[in-house]
Amino acid sequence: MKNNWWKILGSIFLLYSAVAGFLMHVPRLPILHESIRNLYFHVPMWFAMIFLFSHSVYFSIRSLSTQSPVDDRKAVESVNVGVIFGILGLLTGMVWAKFAWGEFWSFDPKQNFSAISLLLYFAYLILRNAIEEEQKRAKIAAIYNIFAFPMMIVLIFVLPRLQDSLHPGNGGNPGFNMYDLDSHMRMVFYPACAGWVLIGYWIYTLRFRISSLVYNQL
Amino acid sequence: MPQDIPIAHQVKYLIKKEIQLEWRSKYALNGVLLYVVSTVFVCFMSFVTMPDITWNALFWIIMLFASINAIAKSFLQESKGRQLYLYTLVSPEALILAKTLYNMVLMTGLTLIALLFYSIVFEAPKGVDFPMYFVAVLLGSMSFASIFTMVSAIASKAGNGGMLMAILSFPVIIPVLIVLIKLAKNAIDGLDRSVSLDEIGLLIVINIMVMATSLILFPYLWKD
Repeated sequence: MKNNWWKILGSIFLLYSAVAGFLMHVPRLPILHESIRNLYFHVPMWFAMIFLFSHSVYFSIRSLSTQSPVDDRKAVESVNVGVIFGILGLLTGMVWAKFAWGEFWSFDPKQNFSAISLLLYFAYLILRNAIEEEQKRAKIAAIYNIFAFPMMIVLIFVLPRLQDSLHPGNGGNPGFNMYDLDSHMRMVFYPACAGWVLIGYWIYTLRFRISSLVYNQL
Repeated sequence: MPQDIPIAHQVKYLIKKEIQLEWRSKYALNGVLLYVVSTVFVCFMSFVTMPDITWNALFWIIMLFASINAIAKSFLQESKGRQLYLYTLVSPEALILAKTLYNMVLMTGLTLIALLFYSIVFEAPKGVDFPMYFVAVLLGSMSFASIFTMVSAIASKAGNGGMLMAILSFPVIIPVLIVLIKLAKNAIDGLDRSVSLDEIGLLIVINIMVMATSLILFPYLWKD
């Protein structure tokens, strides 16, 4: 119980954000209408993904100096879970884009760049499959992961700001802060982000434990 | 021993060695030149004429594939024996620095020749701001060189050549390519130079970032 409080907290946040996200008051806005509720599900996916990828880079850096297979497995399992959150982020975004912008894929810079940043991590996973030897794989994959991480930051945080985007807060569009001045939305949005990050971390710990069991059996 | 000689000297000797090796076989230079020339011809056969925006995009796509092929060899073609020999002689930082600098020079030369040939075959758009386009070419060659050199080192250690090189480098190079094409497009349209400062700054930052991470990471990659 003492060590698991954050799992309970994450579950409560998630339940709360799902229930309150569909039921609570949201501002009535043209075009967006009720689809603004997707904010509670679409954006937290990216928070969870960035958190897991940063976590993975931390363990990649550690595995370079410690050379321990545990750190390597932690890095790869974070990426595995982070990629799932990235795909979910893209899918929730595509559904939202269909209703707000008219197309599933609207060639919005943020859409394109986040898809490319996922390619980086698919390349990381393929690189791991290409190398047989365990220690060598750990080292080379860690190096690629660290090399790719700053590029992911550029792709997701820097490049979209240089171009016009349909997303809020870019290219002259007002940011979301404009819409929720009554801060009703924040009361759901922040717990949703925290909840998804915690649940993402929980899934990662489960995956890590499974991979440790498999590893120790070999 | 590696520690005895200052790193700048090591870099100088390594670059000299690269140039001598290149000059002896002339493989990369002639190979990539032929690659570019034949690709331009293939494109000419299929396009014949093209609008300005395609002119620019096509040039960078040709250069992307040419530079992957030119730079992939920098580590992939070093034999195991020679790598071991270098390992005993020089420090890893000097090696990656020398390879990157050499590739930057090589790429700048190649891109300029390619650009010359390309604009002879396909007529260049009117009103190009040539000094600005030159800056784009310079920054592009440098970014291609710095990124592909490091990725080629990673791919060569993973021990399965060309395919891995392409998979690993494309997602890393795409952001650079997007900024580059935009910068070059600004130059073609003859926009005011202050418009492009953002892109130039970003490319320089990316280059410094890539060089720094390569310098930090390569020593780990180098020792087996």
